[in-house]
Amino acid sequence: MTQSTAIHGERISLLRVLGPGHVWALGVGIVLVGEYMGWNFAVGKGGAIAALIACWFAGLLYTCVAMIDSEVTSTVAAAGGQYAQAKHIVGPLMAFNVGLYLVFAYTMLEAANAITLGYLVQTVGTMSGFEGVQDKPFIVLTIMFLAWLNYRGVYATLTFNLVITAIAFVAIILLFFAMQPWSNATLKHSELLTGLPYGWLGVVASLHFGLWYYLGIEGTTQAAEEVRSPARSLPLGTMTGMITLLIAATMTWYVCAGLMPWEYLGQAVTPLFDAARLTNSLPLMVLLFIGTVFSTLASANGCINDASRAWFSMGRDRYLPVVFGAVHPKYRTPYRSIVFLVPVALVFAYFAPLDQVITFSILSGLLGYTFMSFNVMMFRNKWPLGSIKRGYVHPLHPLPAIVLLLLCAATYFAVFLGYGTQLVAMMVFYIVASLWFHFHRYRFVRRGDQFTMAWPRPRGW
Amino acid sequence: MNSFQMLEYAAWAIAALLGLWMLYDLIKTDRSFSEEVLTSSREGEIEDALVIDPPHQGGHR
Repeated sequence: MTQSTAIHGERISLLRVLGPGHVWALGVGIVLVGEYMGWNFAVGKGGAIAALIACWFAGLLYTCVAMIDSEVTSTVAAAGGQYAQAKHIVGPLMAFNVGLYLVFAYTMLEAANAITLGYLVQTVGTMSGFEGVQDKPFIVLTIMFLAWLNYRGVYATLTFNLVITAIAFVAIILLFFAMQPWSNATLKHSELLTGLPYGWLGVVASLHFGLWYYLGIEGTTQAAEEVRSPARSLPLGTMTGMITLLIAATMTWYVCAGLMPWEYLGQAVTPLFDAARLTNSLPLMVLLFIGTVFSTLASANGCINDASRAWFSMGRDRYLPVVFGAVHPKYRTPYRSIVFLVPVALVFAYFAPLDQVITFSILSGLLGYTFMSFNVMMFRNKWPLGSIKRGYVHPLHPLPAIVLLLLCAATYFAVFLGYGTQLVAMMVFYIVASLWFHFHRYRFVRRGDQFTMAWPRPRGW
Repeated sequence: MNSFQMLEYAAWAIAALLGLWMLYDLIKTDRSFSEEVLTSSREGEIEDALVIDPPHQGGHR
């Protein structure tokens, strides 16, 4: 794929080169690492059955997210995804907050992935007999390499994601069939499933990490200005991505819960790799190790893509300094935003503890999902069906929005049970940021320029 | 120095090179084009007819 320097009519735009496969790779790539590690902390909170309930609960939540997102984004096809949606449908202050949720959710997730990759390399070094093995060089290399890849062009970045994500997904499928799920030869669910050790409160507590099965699938919308056909590619890529994740999550739970007691599984660092080790099959161990590394890389890669698009969009609208709204004339990427977010990710990856980084990411994502529930209701009220062209219309409205709101409320409670202080600290951060935007930054925004959709006036205007 | 330490130094070196390359290209690009051109992107524009894309994507050939 060659990328030409493109300056025509003194305009430089992002490059429209992506298809539905890239959208799938962006969404699933960010999330699949959650199957390789992280989801199993839900087991520690409430046992294996609680984790399965959390898997379905979060699956329902994210199905609502995917349906709602598909409808709104197929209409508001702009980089920035939910940020652009909020700007057009709710208003500037909401948009600023949503933009920050996105940037922090993805940058924190990128940092968490880099920490994990560093840990994996360190583990390999230690297991190979080396002493004093450092993880930091590999954390920094991961972030720098992926930032460089993103800087050089979106097509290569997401094609790379497509390949490594597909390998990581196939690895889960091969492990599942190698376990012979049709027989009791290797999987021992009847012996290992011990009910709910902490009762229904454990089920509620496990919802927090249940999100890990799917966290980030909504990132597909960030590609809106770079797909060839947004109205077709975004819903197709997002919905197939969600189906992929539901399959992967169920297979992962089934294999791991049938191989390991919940007391171990609940605190394992790499549960799928551990499952492969229990098979004593070297090819499976190698495959699942590669899958773990690839899923981590794919996630960090997609996160850089999404965080930089959100930051870029906010800069372009002057919600942030306009220098961040620049596009590279040769590579056609938001290059300044990509470079600016590198040190942010490095600081968090280098100095912050992994669980704090993950929690900040989850909470920022959760705030975004809460926004999406009332955003779609306002969208349908202001622009009813038939008033503007939609690429996709999600069924059963307003049921998905109501279900999403209820599930978000339950998850806030679950997060509060485990990380109440972080929840309050993060809310304070977003309130302070909102005050800064309202009283200082908004005067720099060109108010007329930011609304770009050729829509009729909203109903009741 | 064992071979893993060499790997660590190599990781530091490659990371530094990639970082320096991005900074070099960023400065070079910023000096070669006006700020107006670099920040000329507009939300929601479908510019297939305006930009030079790779041939099979529907842009200018």
